[in-house]
Amino acid sequence: MTDWATGLAGGLLIGLAAAFFLLGNGRIMGASGLIGGLVDGSAGSRRLEGICFIAALTGVPALLQMLSAAPVSTGLTGNLGLVVLAGLLVGAGTRIGNGCTSGHGVCGISRLSLRGIVATLCYIGAGVVTVALLRLFAGGL
Amino acid sequence: MRILIAVISGGLFGAGLWLSGMTETGKVQGFLDVAGAWDPTLMFVMGGAIIPMAVAWRLTRGRTPLAGGSYPPSPPPEIDRALITGSVMFGIGWGLVGLCPGPAIASLSYGGTGGLVFLAAMLAGMWTAPGLRRRLDSRTGLA
Repeated sequence: MTDWATGLAGGLLIGLAAAFFLLGNGRIMGASGLIGGLVDGSAGSRRLEGICFIAALTGVPALLQMLSAAPVSTGLTGNLGLVVLAGLLVGAGTRIGNGCTSGHGVCGISRLSLRGIVATLCYIGAGVVTVALLRLFAGGL
Repeated sequence: MRILIAVISGGLFGAGLWLSGMTETGKVQGFLDVAGAWDPTLMFVMGGAIIPMAVAWRLTRGRTPLAGGSYPPSPPPEIDRALITGSVMFGIGWGLVGLCPGPAIASLSYGGTGGLVFLAAMLAGMWTAPGLRRRLDSRTGLA
């Protein structure tokens, strides 16, 4: 399958996951909210639910990697300083802004939430500028 | 029941991220690289994910969740400084290496040392966020 077709198929699975979480547990499937809630204790009585969600989120791709004839590689940069900086920004930014690609992007836009749409425009815009600057000054990605 | 639903959702989410290529940082940075060799895959992923969710939001009307409780309230319409600042910070980090929270967790088993370092830094960032946010709110007089 071509990239756009696997992208669309994978996207539908992500949307089904979010739909199931909403209709079943009445919650927004936002990765940063679920992880962050465990980090700062705001998950409260939903702690176990969050841990189980995250365990399956790691476990299923691990299983697919083992079964697949074409396992994927993240291709993450080897520059660990950059990785730490990016991790800090992603962690703090998603909690300050109340969401990430799944919460604001998928769950927010699909209910036409103004906050979700504005947040998505902000992080995509900032990402586009960052990648352009990386290209200009760091000689590529 | 709640736990079973969480496991199924988390598993489907992981399968979707893996299949769509969103745990591959090159595809994410390629989407953001509008001036270079632009890769539209992320747009298809997001579009594909929004379709079932738009249907799901319609199905919530006049109902309650299967496992009981209530649906999340409508989001407040206000666009505050925290939303903008946080999302811009997130976008910079996302652009720098091509990882966001979902894929960072989904690729943990095959992301190597770099993936673990990213996760540790992301958790540290999340840990500091409530304090940073309080500062931001008090500086702008929102607290």
